[in-house]
Amino acid sequence: MDEQRIRISVGLGACGIAAGARKTLASIEEGIASRGLDVELGISGCMGMCYREPLVEIARPGKPPEVYMELSADRVPRFLDEVVAGGGEIEEWIGRAEDRDCPDDGFFSKQKRIVLRNAGRINPERLEDYLAVGGYRALGKVLAEMSREQVIEEIKASGLRGRGGAGFPTGLKWGFAAKAAGDVKYIICNADEGDPGAFMDRSVLESDPHAVLEGMAIAGYAVGSSQGYIYCRAEYPIAIRRLGIAIAQAAEAGWLGDRIQGSEFSFHIKIKEGAGAFVCGEETALMASIEGRRGMPRLRPPFPANEGLWKKPTNINNVETLANVPWIIVNGAAAYAALGTESSKGTKVFALAGKVNRGGLVEVPMGITIREIVEDIGGGIKGGKKFKAAQMGGPSGGCIPASLADTPIDYESLNKTGAIMGSGGMVVIDDSTCMVDVARFFLDFTQKESCGKCTFCRVGTKRMLEILERITAGEGKQGDIELLEELAATIKRGSLCGLGQTAPNPVLTTIRYFRDEYEAHIKDKVCPAKACRALITYVIIEENCNGCGVCKRACPVEAISGEKKELHVIDPDKCTRCGLCMDRCRQDAIRVV
Amino acid sequence: MEAARVEESVDLSVADRIIAEHASGSGSLIPVLQKAQEEYGYLPKQVMDRIARGLHLPPASVYGVVTFYAQFRLKPVGKHIIRVCHGTACHVSGADKITESFSRDLSVEDGETTSDRLFTLESVACLGCCSLAPVAMVGEETFGRLDGVAVRRLIKDYRKQESA
Repeated sequence: MDEQRIRISVGLGACGIAAGARKTLASIEEGIASRGLDVELGISGCMGMCYREPLVEIARPGKPPEVYMELSADRVPRFLDEVVAGGGEIEEWIGRAEDRDCPDDGFFSKQKRIVLRNAGRINPERLEDYLAVGGYRALGKVLAEMSREQVIEEIKASGLRGRGGAGFPTGLKWGFAAKAAGDVKYIICNADEGDPGAFMDRSVLESDPHAVLEGMAIAGYAVGSSQGYIYCRAEYPIAIRRLGIAIAQAAEAGWLGDRIQGSEFSFHIKIKEGAGAFVCGEETALMASIEGRRGMPRLRPPFPANEGLWKKPTNINNVETLANVPWIIVNGAAAYAALGTESSKGTKVFALAGKVNRGGLVEVPMGITIREIVEDIGGGIKGGKKFKAAQMGGPSGGCIPASLADTPIDYESLNKTGAIMGSGGMVVIDDSTCMVDVARFFLDFTQKESCGKCTFCRVGTKRMLEILERITAGEGKQGDIELLEELAATIKRGSLCGLGQTAPNPVLTTIRYFRDEYEAHIKDKVCPAKACRALITYVIIEENCNGCGVCKRACPVEAISGEKKELHVIDPDKCTRCGLCMDRCRQDAIRVV
Repeated sequence: MEAARVEESVDLSVADRIIAEHASGSGSLIPVLQKAQEEYGYLPKQVMDRIARGLHLPPASVYGVVTFYAQFRLKPVGKHIIRVCHGTACHVSGADKITESFSRDLSVEDGETTSDRLFTLESVACLGCCSLAPVAMVGEETFGRLDGVAVRRLIKDYRKQESA
């Protein structure tokens, strides 16, 4: 990197690309060429501020880097003229810069970035960038000065727990695999991130793939394995491509492969693409899938540490867990353990989404409260609505109500609420969302994704879904809530793997905290959030309607009639309750009753 | 009739090449199926049979794996695959209505292909761009903050492109 040149990097994470970052990049490239500017143009991964994509960072000699936000292709010419060529700045477009206060600083001030230390800061497709920020120093240190036992002790002392959701102590897990008898052992990185509403691991893989490879190699050294697999969702093509590039670069530079950096230790990594089955996030199902079979879980024990992939001792860790490892080795277990609470150390990455103002990828120290994440980092609820609940842990988790928003983020406190830490999905829900419908949504998901092996999970989730569908359709019966509770208890007891054991959680937590909503649906045939279609009607308010006809044109089923400049009317029999008329009406003349 | 014609025209030499290139050791069934689908667009019965023979597996195991994973298709798909995100964030932002709009405007049910083979409508669990909810992808292109009117416009634009 040349410090005397202007450097521009465009955030090309999946979020950025979805928001048009590739077009921004192309347009900058073109603009630089046509203007004859001397600029080093590159790419980076996810900067975290998904709500402001596309994001572009510019670093000019003698100035701290500035992040320009919402820089869509049409804004590029002004950016190039005024900022790059003119040497000035466009204050209102700057989202972050060290030398000034920006309106979105609250998004960062309570974060602590360890896993995301390099995300958005380096080019994920260049090994030099990773090395320049201290990459592979941890692996070098481990190979040069630490015994296998010392590495395991260090990870144990850090208090790192599995970030896939279950929270099993990582050092302990490594210890089991290290002690297991056998010459051939495997390391698996679980990158089958399947929870809807979760994209932490994808962002890490896209933004800093070498950190995960380095973590895997260190795990391999500690347990005595020379072969690693990354099991990644096929739905993450960018992550898979960047991992492939990173593996080739690391092998070329001697950080992977035979006799790494001249040591006795050899480690190889292969990528296995998942084929779209949520249950494959479960470790025994994942291994069955790598072996080329249907991804169905099996009974444990034997645990993978003793009998895993191809019946060999296997250590499985999640992406985020592994990305923590190099930082711990370099900075020491004590520095990591200094963060967090008594039982939960370090940080946790969350994909903050839903009805929050600033949605994106955030990393917080353990012990921070849900309220701090939603209000301080997330900037509160969109559109001035009321914070109702935070859904954590996806289909295995639950809804934590606003009344418990001061619950700290640690494994045990979250478990007490009936939800779980989970892998890091946090979907914020406002008062326009029906909690019975949220429960139905998750049951619909788990019911489809149940592999079918255990009867209670296969049939039980189906029965629960039917009851929830009935309730949201306004056909709930007395006793439905009790029946749901009974089924939930049976499914939890009678299922082999985490999918079934946790599938009822979204239902149980919503019954626990929002029982009145269930009762309103069942007894009064009313949806308090005005979301369940069978229980609502759209009407036009006479005094507000100016007869502009926008709603009539928007209606896809021709349910709205009325002459121009006269009152319009909705035919409730034709209306499908799609809500498009209300979204489009500028007179605030359409209401749900 | 049309389906039968498609089946007959399958060029099995492609499958043979994939088997030869990727069938190394255990665990190669899924990668082979993934490559085959990349080439054929779906997995015709003859191709599955060929793969079973090539990997020395019973056809039932191959079919079992194919039907277990959501990625594999048994039917040909349209030129543009529309994937509507039904992740949690999209759900609370009205993903159901987006699928409904596509379904109505294309006159197909979720999972089906239009009769002109231009579009296949699918639902996916999560595309992971939650801040743009509700989201859908058409091919490799992502469209965020959708509503029914935007869906209508989108389909119109694609149709116009096709007829141009």
